[in-house]
Amino acid sequence: MSDAPVLIRGGRVVDPSRRLDQTLDVLLRDGVVAKVDERIPPPKGCEVVDAAGLVVAPGFVDLHTHLREPGYEYKETIASGTQAAAAGGFTTVCAMANTDPVADDAPTVSFVVRRARETGVVRVLPVGAVSKGLKGVELAEIGSMKAEGIVALSDDGKPVADAGLLRRALEYASMFDLPVVVHEEDPALVRGGVMNEGWVSTRLGLAGWPAAAEATMVARDVQIAALAGARLHVAHVSTRESLDAIRNARRKGVSVSCEATPHHLTLTDEEVARSGYDTRFKMNPPLRSEADRQALVAALADGTIDCVATDHAPHHADEKALEFADAPFGVTGLETALPVLVDALLAPKHLSLMRLVEVLSMAPARLFGLPYGTLADGAPGDVVLFSTTRSTAVTPDGFLSKSRNSPWIARTLKGRVERTFVGGAEVWSKAGGLAAPRS
Amino acid sequence: MTRRTDDAADLAADRSHVFSRKDLLDIESITEDDVRLVLDTAESMREINQRSIKKVPTLRGKLVANLFFESSTRTRFSFEIAERRLSADSIAFTAAASSVTKGETLLDTAKNLMAMSPDAIVLRHSRSGAPHLLARELPCAVINAGDGTHEHPTQALLDALTIRRAKGRLAGLKVAICGDIANSRVARSNVGLLGKMGAAVTLCGPKTLLPAEIERTGAIVVTRMEEALEDADVVMILRVQKERGGGIGFPSDREYYDIFGLTPVRRKLAKKDAIVMHPGPMNRGVEIDSAVADGPDSVILDQVENGVAVRMAVLYLLIGASGDDE
Repeated sequence: MSDAPVLIRGGRVVDPSRRLDQTLDVLLRDGVVAKVDERIPPPKGCEVVDAAGLVVAPGFVDLHTHLREPGYEYKETIASGTQAAAAGGFTTVCAMANTDPVADDAPTVSFVVRRARETGVVRVLPVGAVSKGLKGVELAEIGSMKAEGIVALSDDGKPVADAGLLRRALEYASMFDLPVVVHEEDPALVRGGVMNEGWVSTRLGLAGWPAAAEATMVARDVQIAALAGARLHVAHVSTRESLDAIRNARRKGVSVSCEATPHHLTLTDEEVARSGYDTRFKMNPPLRSEADRQALVAALADGTIDCVATDHAPHHADEKALEFADAPFGVTGLETALPVLVDALLAPKHLSLMRLVEVLSMAPARLFGLPYGTLADGAPGDVVLFSTTRSTAVTPDGFLSKSRNSPWIARTLKGRVERTFVGGAEVWSKAGGLAAPRS
Repeated sequence: MTRRTDDAADLAADRSHVFSRKDLLDIESITEDDVRLVLDTAESMREINQRSIKKVPTLRGKLVANLFFESSTRTRFSFEIAERRLSADSIAFTAAASSVTKGETLLDTAKNLMAMSPDAIVLRHSRSGAPHLLARELPCAVINAGDGTHEHPTQALLDALTIRRAKGRLAGLKVAICGDIANSRVARSNVGLLGKMGAAVTLCGPKTLLPAEIERTGAIVVTRMEEALEDADVVMILRVQKERGGGIGFPSDREYYDIFGLTPVRRKLAKKDAIVMHPGPMNRGVEIDSAVADGPDSVILDQVENGVAVRMAVLYLLIGASGDDE
């Protein structure tokens, strides 16, 4: 690469891959981490970045991003979504398959890869569909999609309701060493539900979606994973009982991992009432009870939950300006993940800084077998600089995402992303915005 | 002005408590004092309704838009009569289907309407929270005339007026609300209001039609009619809402009637002087036997009558007190 070397000086380097937490310099050269050491002398022609007072960490990896392209470019594009990622400190995002057309064959996956190369500002790794058209009937062309670069399989947005299909998907995917990511909801139990079933849904007269609709599917699917001898990854876990099912399965040696979103870790279904049916609090799975939320936080700290994933799900303002039952599910999350977690989990000491960095970088990278999420010598030069003391004011006009369906609008959160580097070059900074595209 | 309208204008002018809210969205967000104010004002409105000329100029020059996105007979007529008796101008917008299938969104419809400067919008909608959406976006008063399975605040107020007139009080009464609780906005509003005013509410229905954690309302929740009805001062029977999926909660109308129907025999379990209520429309022979519905304890038609007075009171309190001529 032709970029000048970058010396990131005097930051608090937190690298979970080496359990490193120390004030050090980081030198990026030729697209990789060249050296992490005390007082590195600046090489000739290098750019020096003062990181005093900031955390220097491996760039964040999001296993669960909806970039909406192709098909829903009015909500988000690969360009705008990756810009939002950069602003949130994410250097790698895994693009979900529920586009139009669905990413269920090689040409669509190859389109995403090409568009990402042409217009993306961070790394984009496609996720292929489990079933053709996300219909849950026939397997998608998993082998040919693997050849185009998919890193996982998922029908996300929909459950794989057919247990036999899930078994075949797990068995088939294991030949390609691809994890299968499951979105857990039993359609017969959800039945039109638009928010968590409980006291709040009862008060608001909104159709409830019981926690058991998720946990029953998790309990089923860990058994199927055991049967298939394959790797299962549970997307956006939201209930206590799902965590119990996952712990149980792990004790028996089943290969199951899971993620939780910043919103499920920090918000509850009370928000729907407090906001007067604001659709910015409508997502799938729905915000759960305070007991569920606390169980998620504890599980993230103790390792039951492997990583954080945003489930960034942009929707146009027109689509969200509907009656609660009619608005689509989903909230944006790339640009707010770090401040949300700093504000709600790090600052009150529910999570250590090391663990916070780990769940955003190393842990997700390892789950999908990616070489990112580490500042080891020679690792890709993906780095984020953030402050744990400065605040982020979340405003509707402050997003790089095309959409602004964020539940945190009008809140000021402790924690702020300052700079993001991908492949050794700065792609975004708080002070300067997006870097000019590299030729 | 005639002498009579002076009386009408004096109605609430004496009240120390002013209804200081922009909208009436639900019972949950109003206070005990608000409830009393509406009921007391409604008593004065009842007096107007008994005159030979049932009209006062209180809301002259005010425009009320009635937006009914869901079918309604009683509530719509009741609001329209209330508006006319207070001399408001009113327009009606009726749509058979929900806004989404019609192409124009609810918010767009309402904003277009807003360009015509109504003082209040009365909204009936199949989606819970629809009035909250409008209230947030529009400067005029929004009155919830029933939203999905959420609330129907004017129904609870007219029920309270009916009970208070029959029993002289609300506090300390035992009220049994029976039927399809899960799908009932009337139940939610009534539980909230009666609880606020110190009545003891028992909810009864098939387990399949009781919503999650409903006992947190403070009501006693049972599944046997015999338990609910014992010693009740007020028996309120709810309609099985088949259009909202209530029908999948039990095997047949016949079985429902056998187990949950208010029959003359079951009626006897309540107090001798108990009143029987139903918000309508009734499924005769399913949740209530005609002999009870049309019997001497039934106040079902009083409910309808009181509905007009309550809606006059609500309109007056929301948009009448700030007129230019005061």
